[in-house]
Amino acid sequence: MDTDSKAKKYLIGRKVDRFFIKVHKASSFTIRYFKELVTSPHEVGEFVQQCYNIGYRSLSLITLTSFITGYVFTKQSRPSLSEFGATSWIPSLVGIAMIRALAPLVTALICAGKVGSSIGAEIGSMKVTEQIDAMEVSAVNPYKYLIVTRVTASTLMIPVLMMYAGFVGLMGSFLNVSQNELTTLTAFFHNAFEKITMLDIVSSVIRSLAYGFTIGIVGCYKGYNTSQGTQGVGKAANAAVVASMFLIFIEEVILVQVINWFR
Amino acid sequence: MAEQKINNLSRVIEVKDLYKSFNENHVLRGVELELSKGENLVVLGRSGTGKSVLIKILSGLLKQDRGTAIVLGQEVSQLNELSLRALRQKIGFSFQNSALYDSMTVKQNLEFPLIRNVRHLSRKEINSRIEGVLDAVGLLQSLNQLPAELSGGQRKRIGIARTLILQPEIMLYDEPTAGLDPITSIEINNLINEVRARFHTSSIIITHDLTCAKTTGDRIAMLLDGQFVKTGTFDEVFATKDPRIQSFYDYNFIN
Repeated sequence: MDTDSKAKKYLIGRKVDRFFIKVHKASSFTIRYFKELVTSPHEVGEFVQQCYNIGYRSLSLITLTSFITGYVFTKQSRPSLSEFGATSWIPSLVGIAMIRALAPLVTALICAGKVGSSIGAEIGSMKVTEQIDAMEVSAVNPYKYLIVTRVTASTLMIPVLMMYAGFVGLMGSFLNVSQNELTTLTAFFHNAFEKITMLDIVSSVIRSLAYGFTIGIVGCYKGYNTSQGTQGVGKAANAAVVASMFLIFIEEVILVQVINWFR
Repeated sequence: MAEQKINNLSRVIEVKDLYKSFNENHVLRGVELELSKGENLVVLGRSGTGKSVLIKILSGLLKQDRGTAIVLGQEVSQLNELSLRALRQKIGFSFQNSALYDSMTVKQNLEFPLIRNVRHLSRKEINSRIEGVLDAVGLLQSLNQLPAELSGGQRKRIGIARTLILQPEIMLYDEPTAGLDPITSIEINNLINEVRARFHTSSIIITHDLTCAKTTGDRIAMLLDGQFVKTGTFDEVFATKDPRIQSFYDYNFIN
């Protein structure tokens, strides 16, 4: 074997090593979350504060994006459906699209950007300014205070935001429908939910729980492992968004397949 | 104050043959150290010589590669999480940049470790302890300020107050006068001595500031190339002919 191919093999070996070390670190970080979650004491005050930050403070953005999504989706669907004289199907089409696909995915992607980056930057900044070390040496468990609270709040708040996004998206759709047809809000919602089953709602909630957990744990992991000063904080925030969005799409593909087996 | 007699000579910290490397950078190479009860020991050395690494090992933030670091009779690297947390309640660590929680007020910064470590304290007892340590560092009026509203010297004082709230037996100061003007540095040096007198602590003070070393240290340990090359009183250490120690002295006092 010549020197070049030996060097190449060595480099590939190091990259593979590094990859598995990262996987091990990320798995240990995640397993620790579940261990800390079930052991007392619990940081209830910080958890409530994080629910407020993640849930309430995302409302305006979720309202705007899901309303526009519902409105535009309806507007874009209309020409195709009207060709077949099927505009009366719009409410049930939008209902299925919003509840099954758009509300969970739009909410998750918006929150990956807003919540994921904010968690990554906040914890990353605490890491580089030694605030996390200060907690450790004060005999406080920083993992419990910072990570468990944020991941749990994110896991529980994203499904709530998803349901809210679904409702607001349908309101956006209703606005477009009412501009073009004579209908009432009750009739619109009756039609929209005609084809929705309990499985659709449960599957969306389960997917949102998974996305919420992903956003929280990825943001925390990236922040907690920040290095290289303030530049590292920016990188952590950015990596938190990119990695959580990537994982959300992978989870979407897998979960949709799994849920379809039950249909 | 620096000449204060150490009445009780029982050891609170004992470090033997301590090694620590970061990749190819061998920071500590067989460090030996002892701290007696009530003593102020200053660790002097240039930046990057591993002074902060040493106290991070003592507080369990880093693990040594080799050797032993015994604090209050316990080998730090052998402790499980719960025992380490119990030990940390007895160690105060004052960070170089103070490391105050920037989203919390001064009061919340002080409350944070207290309510999590000392259970069943009434609100009155919590407030009284907070006022006690703030009074000790002379910043009683800053109770409701955010760290961003404080000066560098005030932040250092609050950082020290936060470590004192758990009534530690040992204080570890990481560069207490770094980045401060000469007058504020003198105030911090005096505060370190007052803390020892009032709270009966034993301390390790990491610094490269000779004024700080002379004012606060009963004993000075000179760290060079990962080892202590000279230990003794300030005058003993700088009476040596070792050119590395002499150049350190000259740089501080002549430049």
